[in-house]
Amino acid sequence: MGASPSISIAIVGSGGAGALTTGNSLLEAASAAGWHGLFTRTLGPQIRGGEAAGLLRLAVHPVDCLPDQFDLIVGIDWLNAHRFGGEIKAGPQTLVISDPRGGEPPPMVTQSGARVVEIPIKEMAKSIKDGRPNMIALGIAGRLLGFSIEQVFVPIAKRLADKGPQAVDASRAGIKAGFDAAADIDFDAQLAPPNPSDTRRWLLSGNEATALGAIRGGVRFAAAYPITPATEILEWLSPSLAKIGGILLQAEDELAAINMVIGSSYGGTPALTATSGPGLSLMIEALGLATAAEIPVVVVDVMRGGPSTGIPTKSEQTDLNIAIYGLHGDAPHLVLAPQSVGDCLFTTQWATYLAESLQAPAIVLSDQFMGQSRAAIKGPADVAFIGARTVATNIAATYKRYALASNGVSPMAIPGAPGGQYTADGLTHSETGTPTSGATDHLAQLDKRRDKLDRFNFGDHWASIEGTGDLALITWGSLTGAAREAAGRAAADGFDVRVIAPRLLAPVQPERLAAALEGVKRILVVEQTHSRQFHRYLRAHYDLPAPVRVFNRPGPLPITAGEIHHAITDWR
Amino acid sequence: MSSVSTRLACKPADYKSDLKPIWCPGCGDYHVLMSFTRAFAQLGLAPEKIAVISGIGCSSRIPAYTNCYGFHGVHGRSLALAAGLKVTRPDLTVVVASGDGDGYSIGGNHFLHACRRNIDITYVVMDNRIYGMTKGQPSPTTEPEFDTALTPGGTGVAPFHPLVVALASGANFIARCFSGEPNETADVLAEAIKHPGFSFIEILSPCVTFRPDEKEWKDQVRPAPVAATNDQGKAARRLMTDDGFNLGVLYRGNRAPFQPAVVGAGDTDLSELEKDFEL
Repeated sequence: MGASPSISIAIVGSGGAGALTTGNSLLEAASAAGWHGLFTRTLGPQIRGGEAAGLLRLAVHPVDCLPDQFDLIVGIDWLNAHRFGGEIKAGPQTLVISDPRGGEPPPMVTQSGARVVEIPIKEMAKSIKDGRPNMIALGIAGRLLGFSIEQVFVPIAKRLADKGPQAVDASRAGIKAGFDAAADIDFDAQLAPPNPSDTRRWLLSGNEATALGAIRGGVRFAAAYPITPATEILEWLSPSLAKIGGILLQAEDELAAINMVIGSSYGGTPALTATSGPGLSLMIEALGLATAAEIPVVVVDVMRGGPSTGIPTKSEQTDLNIAIYGLHGDAPHLVLAPQSVGDCLFTTQWATYLAESLQAPAIVLSDQFMGQSRAAIKGPADVAFIGARTVATNIAATYKRYALASNGVSPMAIPGAPGGQYTADGLTHSETGTPTSGATDHLAQLDKRRDKLDRFNFGDHWASIEGTGDLALITWGSLTGAAREAAGRAAADGFDVRVIAPRLLAPVQPERLAAALEGVKRILVVEQTHSRQFHRYLRAHYDLPAPVRVFNRPGPLPITAGEIHHAITDWR
Repeated sequence: MSSVSTRLACKPADYKSDLKPIWCPGCGDYHVLMSFTRAFAQLGLAPEKIAVISGIGCSSRIPAYTNCYGFHGVHGRSLALAAGLKVTRPDLTVVVASGDGDGYSIGGNHFLHACRRNIDITYVVMDNRIYGMTKGQPSPTTEPEFDTALTPGGTGVAPFHPLVVALASGANFIARCFSGEPNETADVLAEAIKHPGFSFIEILSPCVTFRPDEKEWKDQVRPAPVAATNDQGKAARRLMTDDGFNLGVLYRGNRAPFQPAVVGAGDTDLSELEKDFEL
């Protein structure tokens, strides 16, 4: 096989076996050496005792999706591995490391034609004082991937720094034993060396990137109610905001969280909360208030399988409808979606900037896949989108909070400013903010709030557009990575595919999409829903000037580049 | 009173807006508004440094009738909105206005946690034991036998005891007032604003339209026979056993208010935070 641009590894174990530590350490070793990588954990809802697997892909290029199948699967044990179903695919090229005392490998492995090599991982761990099977696994995988012992040991030593020299020594011994055990295994899928001019990496999850993007955009207050898979955003923000003079307040529920951020923003402090589908449902009423009272706020929804409690630990794109259409009344607001772990930073920062500039709420639709994946990426550029709220200063007696302005954005008086006193209100109001049920004021303020979004120039960030082929693949969110990879494979077959992924979902940009679709003869819509929400959204708001096919599937299994590639070749 | 800033020679009228209140003639809330403006004048607060926050209901219309900054938000969530405002703007005086439906029913959970959190805000609930704006449905403080279209023959459910709940949940100042005594109410409100932490005032405010029987409250109320206590156990016994008509400050606690470090200025160096991620 020789040097490969990308290689993928699955580490499988029952909950608590440490498979995730092994996977994370491999990612850390690879990113320190300058490779790109993506690490996803997959696990059941229980904290311990269930199944856990670390899915890792390393490459010389940016990685935004998992592979169709794995090159190397290390089974620390197989106790609950059957529960992963189709998530960990093997093939005849796959090498499987299996502990003969760790149970039977599941059918997904045994029926794939993969080569299985047995290593007594648990027994080896027992022979080392304080030895752990996951360190043996780390040594095995490290050796097979071509790392040195030092490269895989450094991240572990960092993790165990506060556990004392004994724990560090035990880990080193375990890694060494795994290294030796793998010495004679034939595995020639080596990763090509990283690009020497581009080896500086950031290592972070999509949720962490989202949180940093918010802070870069000017957020200094967050309200927090825990929910899977969004909690990490709030947990990173809590100490980080404190370090820069910001505040995180834990709320009693999502209803409180959204109203807290409205209160903070009303007082002049840009604010964010993060949640998932069930929490967004609770926040919708107050998002209408923020729309009517023109208070900028950012709500990040890290989407998970729905409806109801659904599948909290798995990804889906099924909150599109509620994000776009959930608010009662005519309530123009912003909806954005990041496209990768790194883009979580940019898109959340941009969302904060847009919310502040337009005095409107912004919903950011991230998802479990990119939110909880950890990626080694190129350090993100520091863009100049920092909260730019139009604030009223030197306020005259004629001041009107909701004055009709040509761009729809009226200067906002911040409490404390003399002469600017007004009452922010969810009731229909006049230019001064006084409640009214008159037709003229109602229409004027509806127009104002619509126009400020419609007349804003969102620029090229509204979508990412790649390729020029006459087959356009329209997708969004974290599927963009798999779509691009599928297009790359089609290009390798000599077939150019255009990939269009809107980052700005509301307000819609019909003229821009029309330009992006110029010359297109077929349109393939790709989305992770059961009811084709994205397709319906496109049909409702855009002119699709060519025959359309839809490739959609609900969660929990991620849609792979291979499946999308198949949908493309099916229609050539 | 760290958050109270002063301006000299203020009159109650300085705190009134030009809007004519939309309340029924004789509504107790007119007097509550009067108490608000008198208390603000008494404290000499600058109107722009006061934020009056409310939810939905007759009582919640009060912000727009003041000349302060105001927020008339969604039903039941005023305390949460006020919490987000006060922690980020501790320089403001934040007063929350609510009613028995808004505050105790749809907003009940926020009431518990606002008491517990003990942020330095003042919470005024105008209790008329009825949903007035929706024309006469029973609230959590309505008597069980009170007959309404929604609950013919009464709810049959015992009312909720807000002052006891407030005490048990950690409120730092508890008082009961009667709207018909605006001067006394203004004095208690001024003291509540000055008292650190979460201050809770129940104002008995008759609904003359749907509860004309409440006009008799003026003959039933009386100053509390004993002075306020700072002992939670004593306060609990008194509040559990009083008939709901003892007026005045009933409990003064000494818990330190919750206030995280103040929000910093705009241009902050983020490189320290980014080190978490750089290799």
